[in-house]
Amino acid sequence: MPYLNISHFWGVVVSSRSYADFTPEKVDLHRLEEGPPLTSTLTREDGLKYYRTMQTIRRMELKADQLYKQKIIRGFCHLYDGQEACAVGIEGGITLSDHLITAYRAHGYTLTRGGTVREIMAELTGRREGIAKGKGGSMHMYTKNFYGGNGIVGAQVPLGAGVALACKYLGTDQLCVSLYGDGAANQGQIFETYNMASLWKLPIIFICENNQYGMGTSVERASASTEYYKRGDFIPGLRVDGMDVLCVREATKFAADHCRSGKGPILMELQTYRYHGHSMSDPGVSYRTREEIQEVRSKSDPISMLKDRMLSNNMASVEELKEIDIEVRKEIEDAAQFATTDPEPPLDDLCSHIYANEKSFEVRGATPWTKLTSHS
Amino acid sequence: ECRLGGSAKRSYSITSCASVFQVNVRDALNQAMDEELERDERVFLLGEEVAQYDGAYKVSRGLWKKYGDKRIIDTPITEMGFAGIAVGAAFAGLRPICEFMTWNFSMQAIDQVINSAAKTYYMSAGFQTVPIVFRGPNGSSAGVAAQHSQCFAAWYGHCPGLKVVSPWNSEDARGLLKAAIRDDNPVVFLENEMMYGVPFELSEEMMHKDFVIPIGKAKVERQGTHITLVSHSRCVGFCLDAAAVLAKEGVECEVVNLRTIRPLDVDTIEASVMKTGNLVTVEGGWPQYGVGAEICARIMEGPAFNYLDAPAVRVTGVDIPMPYAKILEDHSVPQIKDIIFSVKKVLNM
Repeated sequence: MPYLNISHFWGVVVSSRSYADFTPEKVDLHRLEEGPPLTSTLTREDGLKYYRTMQTIRRMELKADQLYKQKIIRGFCHLYDGQEACAVGIEGGITLSDHLITAYRAHGYTLTRGGTVREIMAELTGRREGIAKGKGGSMHMYTKNFYGGNGIVGAQVPLGAGVALACKYLGTDQLCVSLYGDGAANQGQIFETYNMASLWKLPIIFICENNQYGMGTSVERASASTEYYKRGDFIPGLRVDGMDVLCVREATKFAADHCRSGKGPILMELQTYRYHGHSMSDPGVSYRTREEIQEVRSKSDPISMLKDRMLSNNMASVEELKEIDIEVRKEIEDAAQFATTDPEPPLDDLCSHIYANEKSFEVRGATPWTKLTSHS
Repeated sequence: ECRLGGSAKRSYSITSCASVFQVNVRDALNQAMDEELERDERVFLLGEEVAQYDGAYKVSRGLWKKYGDKRIIDTPITEMGFAGIAVGAAFAGLRPICEFMTWNFSMQAIDQVINSAAKTYYMSAGFQTVPIVFRGPNGSSAGVAAQHSQCFAAWYGHCPGLKVVSPWNSEDARGLLKAAIRDDNPVVFLENEMMYGVPFELSEEMMHKDFVIPIGKAKVERQGTHITLVSHSRCVGFCLDAAAVLAKEGVECEVVNLRTIRPLDVDTIEASVMKTGNLVTVEGGWPQYGVGAEICARIMEGPAFNYLDAPAVRVTGVDIPMPYAKILEDHSVPQIKDIIFSVKKVLNM
């Protein structure tokens, strides 16, 4: 039975949460007559694919947590567990020839955009086979049509609009998805981008991943208006449950159609949640309760939600999903093994990649006698 | 008889027959952009008033009429936003020219120039190129006061990943802008408003559509034996004027036009200092942590130090925000007499 019609899935009450603003029963619309369809067709194939990808992200992030605590990963490490339905759902609504850019909580997107677990983990551990050869780290991973991984809050949004401008300029029907969080949503440059994207009808989908907290500051303490899907003002917007991969997918497809039909930008707010703190240096419990985290885990976990759906509709068996879990676990273990044994980048590489397409030149080292060489 | 020098020093001796063209710096920039827009469809220009207004300083005059809305884009007054958009367009394969109406306004967008443009090729280990040119007038103008008169050569010259270029005359403007647009790296292109209207002679060779000046090479504008003057942008002209005055007193100055701030052509400077034994740097920007400071430090650290007969010295803008009143403004910037005075001090005259 390859197909399942899930009708009225919007009517499934995911939870009644003890904190504000989760209203998963409906889609909230801003300046839109209609929103995405209220039904979605989930094929078994897609279901299994989404399950596997979300589980891979989950396990990868938990492994990163482990490696960080062992001090094998250092510096900044912003984990995505809890938010998997966003990355996977978005990718389900676009194609790999579309473009995407996000901020620093980027490991999940690096994967959905074509990176492998091996090269992501090896980048986190700073090894030569890392996706950025160890030069970038957690926040600076790139693949084709994926522009990072950006460390400066909000800067990625105008960058994404520039990518969208290029799509339009070159006459493709590609679009750019430009992501930012509830914390970044107040950045001035984002409003500058809303303005230009609208004026020039750029094919950009602005997506606010609202996980309720900008570092340690809750949305109520940071934003005069927490209706992020309306903050684009003249830009049509919609708000959906970011824990439900199908909601995210349908909303993204809807938004993509809007862009591709030449109507210009559109804004999506995904209501989601991160289990970890802001980064590995934030335990994540000084500004929210353990009860809250536990409640989301038990009532709204994106992977459990998909799993329950598939099982209760006989789209997959318990054993089958367990099999996937085991395969994923193995993939992560192998990748972690690789990431801890792959050698660090060679010192010869220190000064490389300053300029593109340039003949080699001398770079000053720490002393006037230390002459290093830069290769393109 | 026409003699066109083909040596690395590019000394043209244009006598009678070769065609020369009187081109001011503004038109040199305009023609360079026009030719590069025509040559490569991915090149486009964006900035405030660049299109329908013909450019705040008329540098982009006529371009919108010729190329239209797609390639010449007027932006709202939102530097951080449009600089970010320009960088993103470069990520995705276009070759933007992002104009800042003056470089003072780039401070609104400096994060995009440094963190998004300059560092990306390195952070991505060579995966993501950023072929963008940021250009606009830099440094002091006339009567525009403190917030509109800052020189950014030192700030941007500080950062690896950027190329920073500072043309003086029309030849520089034309050749360096073409080189910058063709370069696959982020280039900060520092023009000077006071130079826009100044005409210079361009040879036929310089008018060729593929005339480019290599970024990272300084030019010796005047040969000399007693002292080296190193400068960039408008101050190069002052150095040449000072050299003319000093020549009458028997002092022959060698004038080096940096053309590029980063990468700095230390070899040319060192060779000159090793020849003359004395060094004065001249810049419009502030002294602390500036271009001259860097040059002096490099000379100290290299072989040329042993050839110095006296400590190297800097002539700079005065270490104050730029005042408005003409008499004050005139005394805030290096004048020809300051250069002459410094040369004589260094030479113990």
